[in-house]
Amino acid sequence: MFKKIKLFWQTIRRLSGDDAYEQYLLHFAHHQTEHAHAEPLSQEEFFKQWQDKKWKGVKRCC
Amino acid sequence: MHKNLKIIIWVAVALLGATAISAIALNRGESISAMWFIAAAACVYAIAYRFYAAWIAASVLVIDETRATPAERLDNGRDFIPTNKWVVFGHHFAAIAGPGPLVGPTLAAQFGYLPGTLWILIGAVLGGAVQDMVTLFFSTRRNARSLGQMARDEIGPIGGAAALIGTFLIMIILIAVLGLVVVNAMKHSPWATSTVAATIPIAMLVGFYMRNFRPGRVLEASSLGVVLLLLAVVGGGWIDHQPSLRGLFDHEGLTLAWVIIGYGFAAAVMPVWLLLAPRDYLSTFVKLGTVTLLAIAIIVLQPHVHMPALTQFTDGSGPIFGGKLFPFVFITIACGAISGFHALIASGTTPKLLGNERDIRMIGYGAMLLESFVAIMAMIAATVLEPGVFFAINSPAGVVGKEAVDAIAKINSWGFAVSVEQMSQLAKDMGESSLFARTGGAPSLAVGMASIFGSAFGKGMLALWYHFAIMFEAIFILTTLDAGTRVGRFMLQDMLGNIWPKIGQTSWMPSVIFTSALVVAGWGYFLYIGVIDPNGGVNILWPLFGIANQMLAAIALCVATGILVKSGKLKYAWITGLPLVWLVIVTSTAAWQKIFSEDIRVGFLAAANDLAAKLATGVLPPEKALVAPQLIFNQQLDAYLTIFFVVVLWVVIIDTFRLIGSYLAGKPLLPITEVAHEPSRLVENWVRD
Repeated sequence: MFKKIKLFWQTIRRLSGDDAYEQYLLHFAHHQTEHAHAEPLSQEEFFKQWQDKKWKGVKRCC
Repeated sequence: MHKNLKIIIWVAVALLGATAISAIALNRGESISAMWFIAAAACVYAIAYRFYAAWIAASVLVIDETRATPAERLDNGRDFIPTNKWVVFGHHFAAIAGPGPLVGPTLAAQFGYLPGTLWILIGAVLGGAVQDMVTLFFSTRRNARSLGQMARDEIGPIGGAAALIGTFLIMIILIAVLGLVVVNAMKHSPWATSTVAATIPIAMLVGFYMRNFRPGRVLEASSLGVVLLLLAVVGGGWIDHQPSLRGLFDHEGLTLAWVIIGYGFAAAVMPVWLLLAPRDYLSTFVKLGTVTLLAIAIIVLQPHVHMPALTQFTDGSGPIFGGKLFPFVFITIACGAISGFHALIASGTTPKLLGNERDIRMIGYGAMLLESFVAIMAMIAATVLEPGVFFAINSPAGVVGKEAVDAIAKINSWGFAVSVEQMSQLAKDMGESSLFARTGGAPSLAVGMASIFGSAFGKGMLALWYHFAIMFEAIFILTTLDAGTRVGRFMLQDMLGNIWPKIGQTSWMPSVIFTSALVVAGWGYFLYIGVIDPNGGVNILWPLFGIANQMLAAIALCVATGILVKSGKLKYAWITGLPLVWLVIVTSTAAWQKIFSEDIRVGFLAAANDLAAKLATGVLPPEKALVAPQLIFNQQLDAYLTIFFVVVLWVVIIDTFRLIGSYLAGKPLLPITEVAHEPSRLVENWVRD
């Protein structure tokens, strides 16, 4: 039961983008070789880019 | 599970569905339980999803779960990200489900509950859901290209241009009509106006919170915002009872229209994080929450639908909008049955997140079924009202008369019982000064929802529920308005950028201001005309929007049919071909009637000529004569716009026919642009996180 609640909460976080930064860090660590000397963005900086990108193009419908 | 058991279950589902549909279709009693609608919808969706959608996925599209999707191949951790299917489903559903499926069914309820309900069910399973699913599939196979790009690549440059211009114009008309719906909901209602006004600073506060105070804490900020929104609904009621404050929020439609136009411009120029993004979070949460609550309330309460199955207005004399059952019910209900706009989300946006092709059925087909279900609930909420009340709220003053007594007499003469006292009591219960001629669908939907919520969760707070429902509709209408204006601006910058590259720079402020002003002026014009029109404006704008949206659906289906034929699947081309033929018939007929009908409540030109004749002979009262020239010009403009839509539609159809003809004759075609197969590395160690 506890596991299910946790899973549900994770899904909500993923859906809303609440964990987008954590996902980004994971992705960054995973592809470390590509960014040999780069540092990951700060949470603030990442969120800015993520939010601005999210709103380019058709994202909402009638 | 044992095979026979499965068969028994599906036979039972089919029988229940058939029983429910017969009950809905054949009922001629006083009322019918809404549970029949829910049962019919659930069974139709289940069967269509399990058999038709599965067959399309397996045999027509030949979905290949070992094939890497663009999200996997182009994974950059930002816009291309392989994502859990439920998360993609959530994003996709939140993107496609706007105010359309709430407004359309409410307006179409003037024909009775039956035509709209059947079209929502049949249109969704055979048309809308198929369109969404195949578009999602084809875009996934083409590196998540947009509908416009696919049209250009697969059919030719004409198809591409048509899709682009079509999208832009739909956006303009859509925003205008949605703006009109909000204006009509706020007109002379300090409670509604102050609540809707409060959503703007609340959204900004949430924007600051997640941008500066606690960066990236989306859920925290949104929860705070939702609590504040609920307080704003209560606070609106308090303002309504303060004689000194009340006047600040008590306005004519025209004033409110100007405010919305100014707001739209400001929202399009402001950075997204300040208003658009946080507002979208709030509207998505409120939307999902309210729709779930409505579903629970309907199931718990099992309200009765009082509207007859068919009304006398199927003959075209309906007060809400003129025109016969065929073709206008199919134009009025676009979203919820088939909506061309979805093709823009299903191409370009959603494929970038799709982790595996096997999820295409659930996301493309499934999300549309859910939207269709929202439309069914809107139909229920509109038809649980006594028909007399429904028509009193939704009939414009230009049709039934300005005075309550006249309106009641007129509605009684149609055979629907309602009295002045009943309407004033209802308005009092809902905390409004009057509910007559509140066109646009939002107020009647809110009354319907308030009575359902009120009966399920306590009757004492009807006015609160009513204004909660108004806030719920307004907040995501305004989100569509913001987002749409911005998209329109990007498209315009893109188009004008071909002529003058500097203007195509999306961050160059003069260009931002100039193009935003053009887009806002475009929809602002239609909104203005809609507000000054004594017949309420919705009767003009909504059919125009429906025609435009169905035209875009037809373009999407043309692209899909063309690709199916080119891929050597001619024998399966009917899955998109049939809905395409139906849409072409419906759209062309509706457009023909809107242009050439002699009936002044249907034909744009007839209405323009009639008004011009009246103006010339001086029979119009002075206040009407003052706006008559503008109304005449607008009716003519609408006629030309309709002609334009039909021409664009037929150009794309003919282009598609040319393509199919060339294929059959074995002539060379534009090559298929499907990306080559690359095996997925995610399949084996795919973790359902």
